Amino acid sequence: MGIEPGRIQFSWVSSAESTKFVQVVKEVTETVKALGPNTHFVKHEAKVA
Amino acid sequence: MLEYTDKIREIAARLLKEGTVEMVIGFRKGTVPMMNEPCFVTDAGDVDRLIWDGNCGVNLANYLMDRKEKIGIVAKGCDARNIVTHIVENKIDRDQLFIIGVPCTGMIDRRKVAAAVDGEILEVSEDGHNVSVRGQGFEKVLNRQEVLQQNCSLCIHRNPVISDELVAEEVPEQQGVDRYADVRRIEAMDPEEKWNFFDDLLSECIRCYACRNACPLCYCPTCFVDESRPQWVGKSQDPIDVRTFHFLRAYHCAGRCTDCGACERACPVGINMRVFTKKLEKDCLEKFGWEAGLTTDARPPLDTFRPDDPDDFIK
Ligand code: SF4
Ligand code: SF4
Repeated sequence: MGIEPGRIQFSWVSSAESTKFVQVVKEVTETVKALGPNTHFVKHEAKVA
Repeated sequence: MLEYTDKIREIAARLLKEGTVEMVIGFRKGTVPMMNEPCFVTDAGDVDRLIWDGNCGVNLANYLMDRKEKIGIVAKGCDARNIVTHIVENKIDRDQLFIIGVPCTGMIDRRKVAAAVDGEILEVSEDGHNVSVRGQGFEKVLNRQEVLQQNCSLCIHRNPVISDELVAEEVPEQQGVDRYADVRRIEAMDPEEKWNFFDDLLSECIRCYACRNACPLCYCPTCFVDESRPQWVGKSQDPIDVRTFHFLRAYHCAGRCTDCGACERACPVGINMRVFTKKLEKDCLEKFGWEAGLTTDARPPLDTFRPDDPDDFIK
């Protein structure tokens, strides 16, 4: 829909895989940080004249 | 089309007289050209109101949900597929229905006709090949194929997949149709182009929800857009809210949409929101080998799990 690949990610982490969870969170945060702030999916308050 | 009309009336009168059904749902002539309306006939004396021509693009399956009586329903190819979907989703019982199947040759796109002439159209008539348009001070004959709705010119299921009686011999199905050229064009865009394409596509949307209301799949008692506790999507005209509405609506139709075109037809500003549902249709076909509404014997992809379901998007 026009969102950069990398900004969204799907993972399967079992509740017993805490290390994998940490790993995934780190990776996702890094990719998203590298992409910078999301400029598309943000609502701007209506500008009142 | 006249033969179709006669046959529909004959079947409807018989069903109502014999008491096979309590009501027949079909079409009657609309008050403006090219806008036939749904018509509910309960008395065999009234069957002459029923008609058939290329302006019956409304999807009549939309009037079946949760009905209790026995119903005769006129169904073209896509309507029949939506009826199958209703049966699979328990919105109506097969035994309640007498399906009057109409082998379909495509529905006329009133916007294409209007664009081909200057001035107000007063009357539109058709034979198998041509559409004759008459208005104040003009008369024009158009090639029927060229003024079909886009979904109809790409249709590969013109004959009803389910019916109790056909009004005519089956029509030949269109062969070698490339259904997804427009979807592929969008898929090939980079994220920025896609973003702008959808922005542009949806910029005219006034959120009247006509597209949702015309769709037989949208039968939830309270639609997610109308919920306020919790509020799933903002109710404003903000482009983000409009976009969220359209994408979510499309996802709710995944594996169910028959590309009947009723949504696009209903839109007052002429938005082709079918590109969303068609993308999902394409994905369902490619990833799950699924086409909606072809059989009551299989469960749709969204309510089945198979060990070999594609999952390479999960890291
Ligand atoms: S029918 Fe058209 S204007 Fe109305 S909500 Fe749907 S896309 Fe928007
Ligand atoms: S989404 Fe549109 S094309 Fe698909 S079934 Fe609903 S009305 Fe028909």
